[in-house]
Amino acid sequence: MVVPVNYYLGLSLALFTLGAIGVLIRRNILIILMCIEMMLNAVNLAFIGFADAFKAVDGQIFVFFVMTVAAAEVAVGLALVIAIYRNRATVYVDDLNILKW
Amino acid sequence: MSLTIPTFSLASIGPWLTLSVAAIAILVWDALSKERPAAVPAVSLAALVIAAVQSLTLLGKKGTDFAGMVYVDGFTALAYLILILGAALTIFLSWRYLEEYGKNLSEYYALLLFATTGMMIMVAGAHLIMIFLGLEVMSIAVYVLAGFLREDLKSNEAAMKYLVLGAFSSAILLFGMALIYGAAGGTLYLNELAKKLAVTKAVTQPLILLGLGLIVVGFGFKVAAVPFHMWTPDVYEGAPTSVTAYMAVAVKAAAVATFLRVLYVSFPGFAADWTWLLWGLAVATMTLGNVVAIAQTNIKRMLAYSSIAHAGYLLVGLVAANQLAAVGILYYLLAYTLMNIGAFAAILLVSRQQDRYLNIYDYCGLGRQHPGLAAAMSVFMFALAGMPPTAGFVGKLYIFAAAVQAGYIWLVILAVMNSLVSVYYYLRITVLMYMRPAEADLGPVSFTPAVTATLAATALAVVLVGIFPGWFYDLAAASVKIFSL
Repeated sequence: MVVPVNYYLGLSLALFTLGAIGVLIRRNILIILMCIEMMLNAVNLAFIGFADAFKAVDGQIFVFFVMTVAAAEVAVGLALVIAIYRNRATVYVDDLNILKW
Repeated sequence: MSLTIPTFSLASIGPWLTLSVAAIAILVWDALSKERPAAVPAVSLAALVIAAVQSLTLLGKKGTDFAGMVYVDGFTALAYLILILGAALTIFLSWRYLEEYGKNLSEYYALLLFATTGMMIMVAGAHLIMIFLGLEVMSIAVYVLAGFLREDLKSNEAAMKYLVLGAFSSAILLFGMALIYGAAGGTLYLNELAKKLAVTKAVTQPLILLGLGLIVVGFGFKVAAVPFHMWTPDVYEGAPTSVTAYMAVAVKAAAVATFLRVLYVSFPGFAADWTWLLWGLAVATMTLGNVVAIAQTNIKRMLAYSSIAHAGYLLVGLVAANQLAAVGILYYLLAYTLMNIGAFAAILLVSRQQDRYLNIYDYCGLGRQHPGLAAAMSVFMFALAGMPPTAGFVGKLYIFAAAVQAGYIWLVILAVMNSLVSVYYYLRITVLMYMRPAEADLGPVSFTPAVTATLAATALAVVLVGIFPGWFYDLAAASVKIFSL
């Protein structure tokens, strides 16, 4: 059975939107980082879907790069979470309020 | 089965190689030596000088290399040189400042070189994967730099905010790239995208527009355009001052140069769609940046809003989309690098030690106590406000002239009105320095050779580049011929 590319695109759009909403409304930094991962995985799904539909490999290669970069980004993000937790004993963005808007 | 490896010349990515090898060597050297190697800043500067020489050899070239993945042309080379200038001046500002915090570590310089490499990959990227990779190499290094003062609460907070919003914007940009990939029917090369999108336009118009919109939003975050600017003031205020200087000039320059290339090479067929979008962004960015800057009393925050306003002027250039606009943007990036690094050098000197005096009222009476420092700061303020005969004026002149040429009269009127607003808060610093007595004795200013030299050199350069813009204009005009505008 062949899944049409529209389905991939629809699922990917839904995942991306959920991730974006999560980043905007959640207050725990760890969950925000996970929501960003979800957005990146939605992108991966879109690339895979398109690459499969067009029989082109560059979309698939892109996915590897996205995964690698996401890992690096999360490594830095978690390091910062630990640094903040050591100094402030909090992982909530509401408590990060020394710098005013 | 046989694999054919396309021919390539390592010289086309010479500057990347130099900087990344130097950065890795610094990390290894630091790990192997018992004491902190003192020559690291000098080595980094040497690497930047070599990279600059290598970039000069690329100036006259044209075309791509590495199977069409990398642009090798004058535009790229000029962008390289501006980025290298920004990184080198930042190093001059850095070591004394970091020593005050006991943080003059080799990683700082390695990260700075990695970030500069990432920017180069980004501006030379001829393929969306290259642009994404360059963007992330740059961003991840700069996230760490922003949080470099690990025990400092402000630095922590700035880095976290930058990382969350930076990663969020990267994801948006990536989704835009994925949609464009799909709409074009499977290509990621910038120049092929233009052709394929023209063919598939009829069927995939909504997908293309959504993708283009997301790409504009993603780049909007990186250049700090309103309404995607929320992170800028907080991150600029919280990050170490030398890093703020670097972010303000180099990150913005790299993002604008890449944005320009993507729009002009891949989406010329959709100019009618993105020009009105950028028109709105430009007006919002200039207005909000300038108006809110008036209310700031922290000098770093004021310069953050000023940098938002300058992003707006650069967007005016992008909207104009002609040869003169591309030249104007390159010139503006050079001028902005010089004047902003200079202003941050003055801030470092006035803040005495460990960022103690960052309030604008700490500048009262500076004209009498340190006439040289006050004069240099005034030059930068005049330049940022766009007064002749400084480089800031000529940059604005080119960009506004390009917009008039392209027929955006209202945009230029709004931009000029914004420049007038900006004069208020830039000149306020000058007024405080010369016409108000000092409120309290803030202690002596320690003029370190590196920072003082940077201050003097940038002040001189801002004036000289402003009086003699011709040589750079000619270089830039020759280099932007690659864009068929």
